[in-house]
Amino acid sequence: MVDVAFQSNRTAAAQSGRKRVGLRNALRRKSMSAFLMTLPLILLIAILVIYPAIYSLHLATLNKAMTKFVGFGNFEFLFKRETFWLVVKQSCIFAISAVVFKALIGFIVAHFVHNVPANKQRKWRGMLLVPWVIPPAMSTLAWLWLFDPSYSAFNYTLSIFGIGPIPWTGDAMWARFSVILVNVWYGAPFFMIMYLAALKSVPDQLYEAAAIDGANWWQRIWYVTLPMMRNIIAITTLFSLIVTFANFDIVRILTAGGPLDHTHIFATWAFRVGIEGSDIPLGASVSLFMVPILAVAAIFILRDITKRGNEA
Amino acid sequence: MSRKKLSRREFVAATALSSAALITAPYVRGAYAAGKLSMGFWDHWVPGANSASTELVNEWAAKEKVEVQIDYITSQGNKNIVTIAAEAQAKSGHDIFQMPTWWPQANAELLEPVNDIMDPLIKLNGEVNGTVKYLGQADGKWLGVPASVGSQIKGPCSRIDLMKKYANIDVQEMYPAGSPPKADNWTLDTFLKAAEACHKAGFPFGIGLGETSDNVDTAGAIFQSFGAQLVDAKGNLTVKTDAVRQSLEFYKKLLAFLPPDVAAWDDASNNKWLVAGKGAMIMNPPSAWAVAKRDAPQVAEQCWTHGFPAGPKGRFAPYLPFFWSIWSFSKNKEAAKSLLSHLSQPASIEKMVVASGGYDLPAYEKLTTLKVWEEIGPPKGTLYHYPNPFKHQTLSIAASPAPPKVAQQIYFQATLTKMCLRYYQGEAMEKTLAWAEGECEGFMRS
Repeated sequence: MVDVAFQSNRTAAAQSGRKRVGLRNALRRKSMSAFLMTLPLILLIAILVIYPAIYSLHLATLNKAMTKFVGFGNFEFLFKRETFWLVVKQSCIFAISAVVFKALIGFIVAHFVHNVPANKQRKWRGMLLVPWVIPPAMSTLAWLWLFDPSYSAFNYTLSIFGIGPIPWTGDAMWARFSVILVNVWYGAPFFMIMYLAALKSVPDQLYEAAAIDGANWWQRIWYVTLPMMRNIIAITTLFSLIVTFANFDIVRILTAGGPLDHTHIFATWAFRVGIEGSDIPLGASVSLFMVPILAVAAIFILRDITKRGNEA
Repeated sequence: MSRKKLSRREFVAATALSSAALITAPYVRGAYAAGKLSMGFWDHWVPGANSASTELVNEWAAKEKVEVQIDYITSQGNKNIVTIAAEAQAKSGHDIFQMPTWWPQANAELLEPVNDIMDPLIKLNGEVNGTVKYLGQADGKWLGVPASVGSQIKGPCSRIDLMKKYANIDVQEMYPAGSPPKADNWTLDTFLKAAEACHKAGFPFGIGLGETSDNVDTAGAIFQSFGAQLVDAKGNLTVKTDAVRQSLEFYKKLLAFLPPDVAAWDDASNNKWLVAGKGAMIMNPPSAWAVAKRDAPQVAEQCWTHGFPAGPKGRFAPYLPFFWSIWSFSKNKEAAKSLLSHLSQPASIEKMVVASGGYDLPAYEKLTTLKVWEEIGPPKGTLYHYPNPFKHQTLSIAASPAPPKVAQQIYFQATLTKMCLRYYQGEAMEKTLAWAEGECEGFMRS
């Protein structure tokens, strides 16, 4: 489709007239109108996203006193720190395990909700979305009280059955488990709602055809549902991976990175180093370390989606 | 329509009058003739304490004809230090900012020296303690005026009844209201025995070993009592010393008598421990006692705030001062200095201390015997020894005397409590020391 107004019979005109016509032509172009309409958003993104991103890149190249350009000096320093590699390991454990469980639980719950009669679905959808719509800073406070070292409601309940007390936030393994659990609780509804939308778009005829072919429950899921949901699963996973890698509030409120740094992830450690330790360049470098990891994940996932789109 | 003709004389007179008015206008003393001044003050947790500061500022503003704007910024969620970082980056914001402990040093290059007001204030109010100098001075330059608001000592707050019953220690006799302490026997050994006795009785001391300030402060004072420093004042690594080893050994013994979950404690955990009546002692300013007064009066009337136990190298107590600092980008530095001078007059300081219920501590030695600490209760005199009126203990901060920018890292990375926890959990002493040495090496980057 040609999006430029083509005027072949015009040869010569007065200078001012030509200018007016040129402007009118430009405005008549669809691409120009689209650009003008998105300009406010582009400007907003430039101010709120691109500028801070470039500024943090700039910060990451400065020395601690922010008086000297050190290039990749901060990253070289980080690579030699034992705690940094602990943070890298934990961020990966935290993000990958949380996303896997969120996807799994979201998938299962989406199927349950999909099978609920249509008139009752709205109620279930609403209730299941509650964890996702409460600001995590607030809901994590409630979890903090449930896990409280001395007054844990969970431990109280478990003690009735003679179990515990469990050091939910005081032991490295339990603390990791606790922060992942809260992240899964918070994020699973997002997966559920995305998968539910995807499930609703799978044509019933495919299931009918599969049933005629004698496909069992598992085969229907493996050969019909999953292939039809592949793109939405990939996009949701990518989106969640980015958000989970960049998580701050849950870990900050629940454990503040402890005990012995065993629950620190990139954002919480960047805050500890950059803001609490007044080493802003090093903090910026820690937070920027996420970018290549997420960029690689994004490239692979989006390439796969594009490939499938082209095949279709 | 008639038009009046302007004569030459009238024209000259009008011109002269207008010129005079234009030239003299800036010097006319209007309502806000001395300009504007904005300040970011710490949002006090004691209800009504902010209003004392507001009244003092408004009183000064009315006298000096300055338009003032006060923002009370909470330390909840570190909002105050995030704001400091943002203003330092933007080189714009408030004229005066109330900075906690390490922040004047962290922003030393961006702060206006206040020696011209500090020298007269010290003459008026008395000398300031060593920790105030350590945190507030860089190369002889005062980076801020010590603020009484928010400044605190995190000494022991003991349960009179439980300590007497289970540890056979009368804390009121040891630290009598109105008289000097009789605490020669109050040593780390006595403290350890008391911790064991109270633990056995089911009321363990509530001393955290997490990564937040209260936990680190206690560890800092105990390390200093043994003479242990991770980095000395000249910036040399001093981790692998006998003093550090002794401190770790002491903590290992102490940890056995503390609640099992102390590794996960934050700054609220010890307060809750005391208020819930679960322990015989915590290390805290009187905030826990004040909450108990409201929520558990039977606990509050058994609380007594007193000095730290002494170690082989002296008696140290954690002291955390705030500073009122003026940004170098402030446009009204003279007015800012005048206000800080007003806020540091003895009457102003007393007003703020009274409004905080005795929680705030002035840094100056002549102001540690205000009436409020004598009278407040119950029990009466519970805070008498809180401001260290007899200089019975050395006020210090964890990780000192390391150069402040290194010490700040040791403090916020909670290296001391992590060392104690690692060693307690079974790591070999030398491995713990090697780990801490590696950490401190990293903190020295410039």
